[in-house]
Amino acid sequence: MSLQFIVDGLLTGSMIGLGAIGVTLTYSILRFSNFAHGDFMAWGTYATLAVVSAIGAIVGKVAPIAPLSFGWPLLVALVVGMAFTALLALLLDKVLFSRLRSQGQAIIVVMASFGASMALRSLLEFTFTSRPTYFSRAIQIAMPVGFGIRVTPDQIALLLLTAILVLGVHLLMTRTQTGRSMQALSQNAALARIVGIDVARVVRVTWIIGGALACVAGVMIGILVQIRPFMGFDMLLPMFAAAILGGIGSIPGAVLGGLIIGFAEAGAVQLIGAEWRAAVSFIILMAVLFVRPIGLFGVRER
Amino acid sequence: MIDLVGYGAFFLTTALIFSLVTLGLNLQWGLTGLFNVGLAGFVAIGAYTSALLTTPDDPARLGGFGLPILIGWAGAMVVGGIAAALTGMATLRLRSDYLAITTFGVAVVVQLVALNAQKLTGGPFGIGFIPRPFGSLAETPLLFNLSNLAVVSAVALIAYLALEHLSRSPWGRVLKALREDERAAISLGKSARFYRVQAFGVGGAIMALAGALQAHFTGFIAPDNYLPILTFQVWVMLIVGGSGSNLGAVVGSILVWAIWAGSGTLTSVLFAPEQQARAASLQIVAIGVMLCVILLIRPNGLFGDIPRRPRLGKRAKAAAAKSSSGS
Repeated sequence: MSLQFIVDGLLTGSMIGLGAIGVTLTYSILRFSNFAHGDFMAWGTYATLAVVSAIGAIVGKVAPIAPLSFGWPLLVALVVGMAFTALLALLLDKVLFSRLRSQGQAIIVVMASFGASMALRSLLEFTFTSRPTYFSRAIQIAMPVGFGIRVTPDQIALLLLTAILVLGVHLLMTRTQTGRSMQALSQNAALARIVGIDVARVVRVTWIIGGALACVAGVMIGILVQIRPFMGFDMLLPMFAAAILGGIGSIPGAVLGGLIIGFAEAGAVQLIGAEWRAAVSFIILMAVLFVRPIGLFGVRER
Repeated sequence: MIDLVGYGAFFLTTALIFSLVTLGLNLQWGLTGLFNVGLAGFVAIGAYTSALLTTPDDPARLGGFGLPILIGWAGAMVVGGIAAALTGMATLRLRSDYLAITTFGVAVVVQLVALNAQKLTGGPFGIGFIPRPFGSLAETPLLFNLSNLAVVSAVALIAYLALEHLSRSPWGRVLKALREDERAAISLGKSARFYRVQAFGVGGAIMALAGALQAHFTGFIAPDNYLPILTFQVWVMLIVGGSGSNLGAVVGSILVWAIWAGSGTLTSVLFAPEQQARAASLQIVAIGVMLCVILLIRPNGLFGDIPRRPRLGKRAKAAAAKSSSGS
């Protein structure tokens, strides 16, 4: 077994982990599992792609930054895409989720998110067709880094970006007043209201963080794999599994859970075969539910 | 004219098979409040089980045991019921969301097995030559369609009557009690988990039976028949009909299937052949929006159960809202 699975696992794990942060936050703060989260990913990626092509049409062809396969347009587009995805999440919350939430039945919100997911995905399929597209068709040469492992410059850059983002969100959650309000709301909603935490604002921040990170995860998949309308939906089960494995509400847990599932998937691809990859997250999910349903860093619900 | 009758019979057969799935979902969700977003997986389990048991021997894969169709259907119900009960046992002691995520995972894994375990399921090409109940009548399509309709209606009717009886029986009352007020029901000595696993299992068995019926009606199954879109359609059928009502489940299925088939015909008339795939995705968007709108405006559907009693927390919140607006 070649050690390449370490790099593959890290990359897959980063994509899953970034998505799982959003899932775990919505679950712990808004108290429902959002089946539309994967489609935020896909929408963010297509938005980024659209902005990249728009910039390309205005400025002309831009040379990529030295060893990477993409240039500054993608970075600009990524920021726009993140803002767009955050807005999409806020909009969906305003028209759909917040109204159903106020009716008080959590599981109805889950069902609505399932319906919204179907509609969002099919809308993408309608607009962009189901044919896969790419940010760049250039092929990067992977550099050997020893022990039989090869990495492309893109992969290193994206891993660094993931690390920065995760650290940023972690600091936001632990060091700022906003983050502390979010934790308070997830731990005890009634008490959080009593001490005067602005719930509406916390909900907004939750959607903004979740949406923006989903967009980054989607763009990562777009750069390293391909862009399809189903790209986010296929990530849904690994993301849920990572969030539950890490413990609902825990951001380090979501990232660690994502990495574990990423490594397990990469290992399974080498040992069993790529076609069984999607079963890995299900097996891990079932194992967690049987052995330790609160996950690695979870707290028992009160 | 005869064409029209034939098509009507074909349409109703499909709609009634759907309504059988919806009845199973109504037992799980409407009566017991268990969320199943992987029902396509249970339908697929039924279809494949029955196909394996009844098809003639095939050297390329396991079995083809050539058993009678009725044994195939019974086998489908047993396997589907066991699969659902196991899923329930794993998750029903946890929060309701975990069940949703797990059933979603079941559907993904079933789809994966259907696609990749060639020795068992025939892989992407599926299984053909599934015996049809009135295969000898296939030369006269009208008679064939009508006899199929008769069989499917009979099964649907039996399932409907059985479920109506069940929901009025003491067993069904316990399920409703658990849905409405779990703590009170438990304090009366009812094991919540045990009853829920049973309801989930029976619901899964009905879905599997529907899958088997569909397999024997078309004579051919492939993994593509059991994509998440199937789950979605059935959910819309139940919500439109009104969850909690068996009559609503049947009427909702026929109604939504009519809208689905009608809009499908419409898109095939309106759009050029190369645009059909895109138009079909628009159809899904429309149904998805419809689901969300119904949830917002009329959450009880056409024949929905009497509105649920507001939970304690909600009542307190409503009272708080009233007092704060009054002051």
